[in-house]
Amino acid sequence: MNSLLTNSEGAGTYLKSKRIRLFLFFVGLFAAAALSMAATNYHIEDSFTAIPKVIVWMARNLVPDGKSLTRLPKILDKLFETVLMSVAASVSAAALSFPVALAGSATSCKQRWLMYSARGVASFFRNIPIVAWAMIFLLTFGQSPFTGYVALFFASFGFLARAFIEAIDETAAAPVEALRAAGGSYGHIIFQGVLPSVLPQMVSWVLYMIETNIRSAALVGLLTGSGIGFTFSIYYKSLQYQSASLVVITIVAVVLVIEAVSNKLRRLIL
Amino acid sequence: MALLEVTSLTKYYGDTAALRDISFEVKKGEFVAVIGPSGSGKTTLIRCINRLIPASDGKIIFDKENILNLRGNALRKARAKIGMIFQHYNLVERLSVIENVLHGRLGYKSSLEGMFGVYSEEEKEKAFNIITLLGLDDYVYRRCDQLSGGQMQRVGIARALVQDPRMILCDEPISSLDPSSSKVIMDYLKKIQKEFGITVVVNLHQVDVAKKYAQRILGFNGGSLVFDDEPGELSKKQIYKIYGTEAGELIID
Repeated sequence: MNSLLTNSEGAGTYLKSKRIRLFLFFVGLFAAAALSMAATNYHIEDSFTAIPKVIVWMARNLVPDGKSLTRLPKILDKLFETVLMSVAASVSAAALSFPVALAGSATSCKQRWLMYSARGVASFFRNIPIVAWAMIFLLTFGQSPFTGYVALFFASFGFLARAFIEAIDETAAAPVEALRAAGGSYGHIIFQGVLPSVLPQMVSWVLYMIETNIRSAALVGLLTGSGIGFTFSIYYKSLQYQSASLVVITIVAVVLVIEAVSNKLRRLIL
Repeated sequence: MALLEVTSLTKYYGDTAALRDISFEVKKGEFVAVIGPSGSGKTTLIRCINRLIPASDGKIIFDKENILNLRGNALRKARAKIGMIFQHYNLVERLSVIENVLHGRLGYKSSLEGMFGVYSEEEKEKAFNIITLLGLDDYVYRRCDQLSGGQMQRVGIARALVQDPRMILCDEPISSLDPSSSKVIMDYLKKIQKEFGITVVVNLHQVDVAKKYAQRILGFNGGSLVFDDEPGELSKKQIYKIYGTEAGELIID
């Protein structure tokens, strides 16, 4: 039947049916949103009219006052502890991730069963959200900074192992082949071929992990009673909103600073 | 005297045969070109010789040893005597020229020395001389990702030469290069064979280049060796046999 149509007619029908499908997709999307709102008794107009009230409340309760500023040194102290914990968790997780990634990459591991089990371990740890880790270890170790560290460690480990496997697969295959052909041993191939090829990407991922962990540490701290998250929850629960908001502002500031620093570092190493 | 003796070499990928019962000899100091269409088994052959790919059956006698029986350190020693040059150079591009060239010594290194890149004075001296020989002396400490394709391939040749190889295998060494860089690379390979007496086996896509440089040509089609003779014997009929009729016409014109 197509052969009876000219090319331009054929293309015209094709484009038209594509437009209709796109239109139906958006109609469906809006219908789904409307139905969900109706089912949950959510009135969008109420949310918008409430905005001015929210702003007034925020201005009255969330702008740090003099009293909260006297707590700044204490807050910064806790924040510093949190930053150190993120760095420690990220770096130690990276140290464990590297050998697992070597086992999990098809480039550096010729044993199929080992490769699949390493990949399985990495996926398992990566797919459990950090809050779930925090809650699991809360039951095991109780409320302590160590619990927070362990939660960050396991979540970072899964993520980094996965990222390192991809980095090795992507960049190291060619040098690995060359060093094998030259008679290099497994150790030579890893240290002289794989490591120099993937090191910049690995460092970049660890820096990213440190940034992410500082953000997550605030949340994990709420649960595990450590670091800046705990400080926030104390102020929040004792209704000292000015101090709680000061905590949030300092977290944002520190995350921005760390991001700027790690971007500088990234440019230096790449 | 045969340096390399391949007997009834067979390679299967699953059920498909990539090499069928291949037998040939390469004399010491010979320049051999391997030609054939894509998928005819050229790359598989080259990689079976140094065991980057395990062969399914047959014998590969190199320097009086059957390569297919070697394991561990004995295999490393045999590989050290065979240099290899790749289409995409296969350098550690973030490392400098000298570091990449010294990688050619890894086959002779103990595990720890090699892992941390500890090389002797003689080895460094040798690497410098070879780098100079290949006209790269201005780039010794330059990172390889800053070099042109032709320069990177010369680094690849230097890395193979520093191995003190008896034979060099080249897997389409000029397929990613422009004509003038291609000529430079082929001239270096010829020079290595002539002046150092190193055996060269090179996979090529260009029949004219194979005819110009090689002393012998092996022609592959569908995993079988269909031509094994001097370049002068490569007639139209033979080219048709290797490449099939249509592609053959293109090559001859």
